[in-house]
Amino acid sequence: MFAWSRFAAVVVKEFVQVRRDRLTFAMMIGMPVMQLVLFGFAINMDPKSLPMAVVAAESSPFSRSLVRSLEASGYFRVVAQPATAAGAEALMAEGDVQFVLHVPADFSRKIARGERPVVLVEADASDPAATGNALSAIQALNYSALDRDLAGPLAGLRSPAPAFELRVHRRYNPEGITAYNIVPGLMGVVLTMTMIMMTALAMTRERERGTMENLLATPVRPFEVMAGKIVPYILIGYVQVVVILVASQLLFRVPMVGSLALLSSILVLFIAANLAVGFTFSTLARNQLQAMQMTFFFFLPSMLLSGFMFPFRGMPGWAQAIGEVLPLTHFLRIVRGIMLKGNQWDDIALEVAALAAFLLAAGAVAMARYRETLD
Amino acid sequence: MAEAALVIDVEGLTKRFDDKVVVDRFALQVRQGQIYGFLGPNGSGKTTTIRMLCGLLTPDGGRGTCLGFDILRESARIKREVGYMTQRFSLYEDLSIAENLEFTGRIYGLADRRRRVDEALERLGLGKRRGQLAGTLSGGWKQRLALAACLLHDPRLLLLDEPTAGVDPGARREFWEHLHQLAHGGMTVLVSTHYMDEAERCHALAYIAYGKLLASGTAAEVVAGARLHTWAIEGEDLAAVAAELRGAPGADMIVPFGARLHVSGTDAETLASSVSAAAARRGLRATSVDPGLEDVFIHLMRHAPEPVTVAGRAEG
Ligand SMILES: Nc1ncnc2c1ncn2[C@@H]1O[C@H](COP(=O)(O)OP(=O)(O)OP(=O)(O)O)[C@@H](O)[C@H]1O
Ligand SMILES: [Mg+2]
Repeated sequence: MFAWSRFAAVVVKEFVQVRRDRLTFAMMIGMPVMQLVLFGFAINMDPKSLPMAVVAAESSPFSRSLVRSLEASGYFRVVAQPATAAGAEALMAEGDVQFVLHVPADFSRKIARGERPVVLVEADASDPAATGNALSAIQALNYSALDRDLAGPLAGLRSPAPAFELRVHRRYNPEGITAYNIVPGLMGVVLTMTMIMMTALAMTRERERGTMENLLATPVRPFEVMAGKIVPYILIGYVQVVVILVASQLLFRVPMVGSLALLSSILVLFIAANLAVGFTFSTLARNQLQAMQMTFFFFLPSMLLSGFMFPFRGMPGWAQAIGEVLPLTHFLRIVRGIMLKGNQWDDIALEVAALAAFLLAAGAVAMARYRETLD
Repeated sequence: MAEAALVIDVEGLTKRFDDKVVVDRFALQVRQGQIYGFLGPNGSGKTTTIRMLCGLLTPDGGRGTCLGFDILRESARIKREVGYMTQRFSLYEDLSIAENLEFTGRIYGLADRRRRVDEALERLGLGKRRGQLAGTLSGGWKQRLALAACLLHDPRLLLLDEPTAGVDPGARREFWEHLHQLAHGGMTVLVSTHYMDEAERCHALAYIAYGKLLASGTAAEVVAGARLHTWAIEGEDLAAVAAELRGAPGADMIVPFGARLHVSGTDAETLASSVSAAAARRGLRATSVDPGLEDVFIHLMRHAPEPVTVAGRAEG
């Protein structure tokens, strides 16, 4: 039978212990802020003003116009104009430029003749993520850059625009600000990390320090221990969420299109799901080091396969299948949906159901694994 | 006077870890109000036995009751009325003295928690240090705090696992006076110890080695049951006498006690002739004495059967 006084005993004790462990407490509040700053400011998935070298075998209004329109896209910044292709090659090898634009010698003549000259763009693709967006910008330009110059008798050479033009249209985040995508996701990542780690450690610590023997010798029931240990961390999870939301408003002006109340109520589910995972780990780990390792074992796939780091739809089928099992995947869809798209309950009900199912399963495993004896 | 009720009554208690039998068909009967001493060398299975009594370990065999509750099926009931003091300090080092006691009070759902905690602090003489973290207490004070914590809910049975290890003699004396008061008030105590003076303060004793119960009863019964004869030799150069007696017929055990040498054996006549011969050769005096508990325990341990290993069994 559940007894409130025993449950309360565990809750109070846990609170006092967390409060007394200053470093951990500071870390739990500091980590979201640090990650926000790192991911929001330092890590930019859509880099702009990338250095470019132009090797122009000809200087004509056409070639100048081409370069200007490349720069106007915002992705490129011409930093060098080497005379030869070899010079440009060296610049790229040393990493001074990420792109090299080669304008052929008979560029304007061929254009005038309607021969569609080849303009070669070399890209340093060693980091595809860094060049991907820039390259697609080039594609778009290819068809329209010279339209203005092709006036008068050359007007007939204008590209049949509507048929070929590639236009990038970003919904929900028209300016492509990475922070909009990252910051709500970070909420889930930070919670996954800290919540699992905290409970896993809290239980393993009892075993490692020998206090488990005393606890097990008392009449306290497994569910009272589990619930009592989870409640304080749910509150800490909420504090982290508030920190992230406030910081994301102040630093990145991430919009909150949907309902904060809806998000808050779903958060309990997500936090509890992670705590149940942590509790399960604590029943498997022999010491705190193992508990940490298990946390990372769960955390890495969560971060990589949930759609936080890489677009979910871009992953192979097996990776998506793993991703679907992880609570973070569903939470990301929920939190991005609510914050950026203004999703209502109906839009996310399925994801919430997935979270609830995960919580039930993880909770059941945790309870089944909890031993009331020392064997 | 009618005999008091049995508070602990177990038989055939067995525990295996992997393939090692750690407690082997152990039987024990403790009556209400008794202080029962539990002795045995390191690793003999005392802690394991105590853990089985309060439901912390599941026995692999045997049955019995604790406070009238079945130790296999009713451990939840047992836990409510037992105070268990672990061998290793197991309160929270990062909680203060008062917080630890309050935690215990809440766990047992005590209605007058505050009053009891204050009383316990008062009795300990820790009223002024109630805010001190338990981890910063000295070893002996930790023991006292642990005892106070396991007494907080007025248990009917106390299981104390080496409660006075590392406690100074004055505090130990107080501790035992306290135990006797509690026992006088009807509490039953099972206490494991390695100290002979504490063993002598118990109403009854059990001696265990390699998981087997080798002797039990009052101190006098245990001594008598060993059928041991002991001679004491006093004088100079006892080390040489000891060396000479080692291996002599009848002299099973030679233990130096400072200025005396205790020589014991089970065969009274051969022992007497060996001892008097060795003593006479050096002009020393040998007298027949009553064997002490320590002589008996060392004798029991030396003659205990070897540990049993069950080969080829899958589960421990
Ligand atoms: N969890 C366990 N797993 C494996 N072996 C164990 C376990 N617990 C105890 N043992 C073994 O059981 C034996 C008895 O241990 P126990 O702690 O009961 O001895 P003890 O009589 O209390 O010793 P001490 O006087 O040193 O406290 C030892 O050999 C020990 O190594
Ligand atoms: Mg022990």
